[in-house]
Amino acid sequence: MNNRGISWLIGGAQGTGIERGASIFFTAIAMAGYYVFGKREYHSNIMGEHSYYYVRFDSKPVYSHIEKYNILASYDAETIFRHSLEGLPGSAIIYDTGYLNVKTKDVPTLDKRVREDIHGRFNNNFVSISDIIEEAKSYGIKSFPINYKEILNKVALKTGEKLSELTRMNNVIAVSASLAILKFDLAILKKAIDRVFKGRKVVVELNSLVAEETYEMVNSLGYINEFNIKISPIENKSKRLLINGNQAIALGKLVGGCRFQTYYPITPATDESAYLEEHEILDVENYDPVKSEREILKGAGSIVVVETEDEIAAITMALGASLAGARASTSTSGPGFSLMVEGLGFAGMNEIPVVITHYQRGGPSTGMPTRTEQGDLRFVLHASHGEFPRIVIASGDISECFYDAIRCFNYAEKYQLPVIHLVDRFLAHSVETIEPFDIKSVRIDRGIIFDENDLKKLKEGGEKYKRFIFNSTGISPRIFLGTKNAVFWITGDEHDELGHITEDPVIRDKMMEKRMKKIEIAEREIPLEEKVNHFFPSYNSDLTIVSWGSTKGVILDLIDELSKEGYKIEFLQIRLMSPFPSNYVEKVLFNKKWICVENNYSGQLAGLIREKTGLKPNNLIVKYNGRPISLDEIYIAVKSILEGKSSYKVVLRGGA
Amino acid sequence: MELKLTDYRTEVHVNWCPGCGDYGILSSIQQALFELKLDPSNVAIFSGIGCSAKTPHYINAYGVHTLHGRALPYAIGAKLANPELTVLVILGDGDGLGIGAGHFVNAGRRNVDLTVILYDNGVYGLTKGQASPTLKLGLKTKSLPKPNINQAINPILLAFASGYTFIARGYAYDVPYLKYLIKEAINHKGSALVHVLQPCPVYNDINTKEWYTPRLYKLEQEGYECIITNETTEEEYLRKISLMIQKANEWGNRIPLGIFYRDLRYTTYEERIEARIPSYRLNPPAKQKISDPFGKPITYIDKILEEFLI
Repeated sequence: MNNRGISWLIGGAQGTGIERGASIFFTAIAMAGYYVFGKREYHSNIMGEHSYYYVRFDSKPVYSHIEKYNILASYDAETIFRHSLEGLPGSAIIYDTGYLNVKTKDVPTLDKRVREDIHGRFNNNFVSISDIIEEAKSYGIKSFPINYKEILNKVALKTGEKLSELTRMNNVIAVSASLAILKFDLAILKKAIDRVFKGRKVVVELNSLVAEETYEMVNSLGYINEFNIKISPIENKSKRLLINGNQAIALGKLVGGCRFQTYYPITPATDESAYLEEHEILDVENYDPVKSEREILKGAGSIVVVETEDEIAAITMALGASLAGARASTSTSGPGFSLMVEGLGFAGMNEIPVVITHYQRGGPSTGMPTRTEQGDLRFVLHASHGEFPRIVIASGDISECFYDAIRCFNYAEKYQLPVIHLVDRFLAHSVETIEPFDIKSVRIDRGIIFDENDLKKLKEGGEKYKRFIFNSTGISPRIFLGTKNAVFWITGDEHDELGHITEDPVIRDKMMEKRMKKIEIAEREIPLEEKVNHFFPSYNSDLTIVSWGSTKGVILDLIDELSKEGYKIEFLQIRLMSPFPSNYVEKVLFNKKWICVENNYSGQLAGLIREKTGLKPNNLIVKYNGRPISLDEIYIAVKSILEGKSSYKVVLRGGA
Repeated sequence: MELKLTDYRTEVHVNWCPGCGDYGILSSIQQALFELKLDPSNVAIFSGIGCSAKTPHYINAYGVHTLHGRALPYAIGAKLANPELTVLVILGDGDGLGIGAGHFVNAGRRNVDLTVILYDNGVYGLTKGQASPTLKLGLKTKSLPKPNINQAINPILLAFASGYTFIARGYAYDVPYLKYLIKEAINHKGSALVHVLQPCPVYNDINTKEWYTPRLYKLEQEGYECIITNETTEEEYLRKISLMIQKANEWGNRIPLGIFYRDLRYTTYEERIEARIPSYRLNPPAKQKISDPFGKPITYIDKILEEFLI
C-alpha cells in the first residue's frame, strides 16, 4: 500500500447503481478492518447524467480524497472518457469490452468542454474507448478488459433470470472485479453484499453469484498476477461506525432530544429529515431512581417530522413546536435559509430556542445544488434585519456533526435563541469509518424552565409570570404553551416584560440590552474546546493553517504528510463562528505566519478574523468550483507557500 | 374556581379605531371561550400582522402574535407538539389570503384540529387602506388612487378547495351569532374556518355597516344544511356541494351567513400521526422527557446504530 492508501473510483450514469456499488465496495473494505473515506459527486438530475464516487482507504484513518485513482471501476463509456487520465502510475482501469467501439459522439451527456478536451488530445473528432485505453496505457495505466455480458450470461443460465433484468448488476461486476484484482477475500465481499441489501435473500444471492462469476472470470484471465496490490484483512479490536454526515446529524438530533423536525425538500439537506422520519418511533431508557435501574421502553418516544409547504412554514412551524415545549429543528440549504430569514429574526426577538441545520451548497441563487461550498458563513452570521444574538456552530467532520447537533439544542434552550448548525454538502454525503459515539459523555441542558409549582408560588406571592422579565443575566425563565396557572404573550413587535407591544424608548433599550447580554454570557460560558480545535499548538511552527468546517479532514491529512517531511504545522479549526472566539484566535495568530483555507471565493473566515482581530493572513487558499479540496491539490498549494513561491491568493481548481 | 367572562380579558389598552368591526369579533371570541369553559392556560391564540393580529394581546390566554401571513404554520407546530391545546388562529384578509395564502391553502390539506378566524374588511387597514385580496374588482374604496384592478378571492370556496372541513361565515356586528359560529368551529374536529365580514369604518367606505345590514341573512333560516359524512351518497354530495357553491357565490342584494359546509369524512392530522406513532397522544413531542435526572439523554439508539457498526 502506498503512503496515500488506495484510491478507487467508480462511475456511471446517474440512477444505475453508483452509490449502491460504492456502498458494497467500501462496506467490504471496512469489514476487512480498513479505514475508509467515500465522496460522492453527482449532477442535479434523476437519471442519465454522469455520477461518480471516490473511495480512499488505508490501515490508518483517512479524512480526505485525492483526485487520482489506483483503480478506476467503470461500467459505461462516459466514465472512461472523463476519468481515464486520473490514474496514478501502475493503476488499473476496469472496463466492459462491450464499450470499446463507443465514440465520444455516442455519449450525449459528455459536455462540450470535456469532449473538446479529448478531441484536442487526439487532434481528432472521432475518439473511441479503445483509443482512450491505448492513451492510458502510454501513461503506465494498466487495462483490465472484461466481457460483462459473458458474466451475466452465465448468471442467467444458472438462475433462469432474464439477461435484460441482470444488466442492472453491471455495477456489482465492476466492484467485484476491482476487489478480485486486489486479491480481496470473496467471502468478505459476499458479507458486504448481504449487509448492503439488508439480507433480502433473492437479491443477495443473485448479487453474490455475480460476484463469484466475476472473480472466476478475473482469475481465468490471469489478472490476479497483473496487479501488484493485495488487500488482506486486518485485525480490528473494536467496531467502528461507517456513516455519513446526514445520518450523524440525524442521530445527534435523536439523542439530543429533538422531537419535532420540519423540512421542505431541498438538496442536500433532505436525506436527514427522511432518515428521521424513517426512525420516528423511538425507544427510551427509563431510569428508576429507587432501584437505580434502567429499562428500555420500546416505542415510548417519537419524533414528529413534518414536510411543510415551504421553508417559511418550516421554520415557523418549528418555532410553534418549540413554544409548546418540544426541542424543535429544521434542516435546509442556502435557498431555503434565504426564505427562513424572517422566522430567524422572530426567534431572536422572542427568544425562542430553535436549531437550523444549514447544509451549504454552491450558490448564489440555485447555484450548484449537488455540489459543495462554504459560501454561507457571512450570510448566516448576518441574516435578518435588526440585531439579535444567535449562535453559529460549524462542524468539521462526521463525529463533530453528531456531537454538535446535540450541543445546538443545549445552546438554543440555555440561551433562548436561534442556533445555526453550519455544515455542507461535502460533509452530508461523505462516508467515513469513525469511532463509535460516546453517548455516555453527552449531557442535556434545557436551561431555566418554570413548572406549574414555580408558577403557583409566583401566584401565591401575588406576582404574574412575565415571559421577558428583566434580571441580571438577560435569560428569563421559560414556560410552555399550555402550562397551567399562567399565560404569556409574545410578539414580533418590541415588547414589555409581559410580551405586549411597546414603543417606549426606555423599555426598548432595556429589552435590546437584555437580549444582547445573552450572547456575552454564552461567550463566557461555552468552554474553549467547543469553540475551537487547536491541533499541534506551537510557538515556532513553520506555518499556522486556519480553517473551518469540512476542510478539517484534508488539512489533517496534509499535516500528516508535511510533518513526515519535517515541517511543523499548526492548525486552528474554528468551530464557534458566533459568538466568535476573538481573544483566543488573536492570541494564537498574533505574530505568526498563517494562512486561511476555505471552500469559497472570498475567504469569508479570513474576513471575519480581520474584522474581529485586525489580523490578516499571509496567504489565502480558496476553492469555489463546487468540489471539495483534495489532498493532492492542497499539498501542492501549501508546499509552494512554505517554499515562499506562492502569491497571496491561491485558487484550487481540481475535480471532475 | 368558576371562570368569569372577565377572566378572558387583559388590561392592555385596545387601540383599534372607534367603530371597528374588530371589537365585535374580540367579544365573540371571549364569549365563546367563556361559554365553552376553556381554561385560558390551555388556549393558544395565534395571529399574523395587521389590525386583526393585535387580538391575542386583548385576550387572557396564551397569545402568539407572529409574522405577516405566518400564523398558521406557527399554530400547526404548537398543536402538533401538544395536541391537548385549543388553538385559535386569527388571520386578516391580506394577511391570510395575500402574503399567507400558501399557508392557508396547505393547512387545508392537513386538517389539523384548529379554528381559523378570518377578519375580512377588504382593505389593509394598518398601512392606510390598500386593496386586499378580498376586495371586489373595480371597487374604489376611499384611499385607493384608482379602482381595484384585481378580482377577489372567495374565502369560502378557497377553503373548500383546500380541504377545510368546517366552513362558516359570520358578521362582526352580530356578536351572538358570531359567538355561536366560533363555538361550533372550536367544537369541530379538524380545520375550521370562520370567515368574518367586517366593515373598516376608516378605509372601506363601500362595504359599510349600512351596506351590509339590509343584505345579510342566515342560511339556516332557509333550511340550508350541508353536512358530508361517509354515508353521503355521490348524488347527495353533488347536490349539496352545488348548492354550497351557489350560496358561497351569492354576493349582491343578499349575502348569506352561517355554516356553509361540514365534512366529517376526514381524520385529523393528529389522528394520522397517531396511526403511525401509537404513543403520540400519550406522549406528544412537547411532553416527552428527553433526559434522566442527571441530564443524561434517554433516547436509546443502540438498535439503530447496529446498521452502522462494522
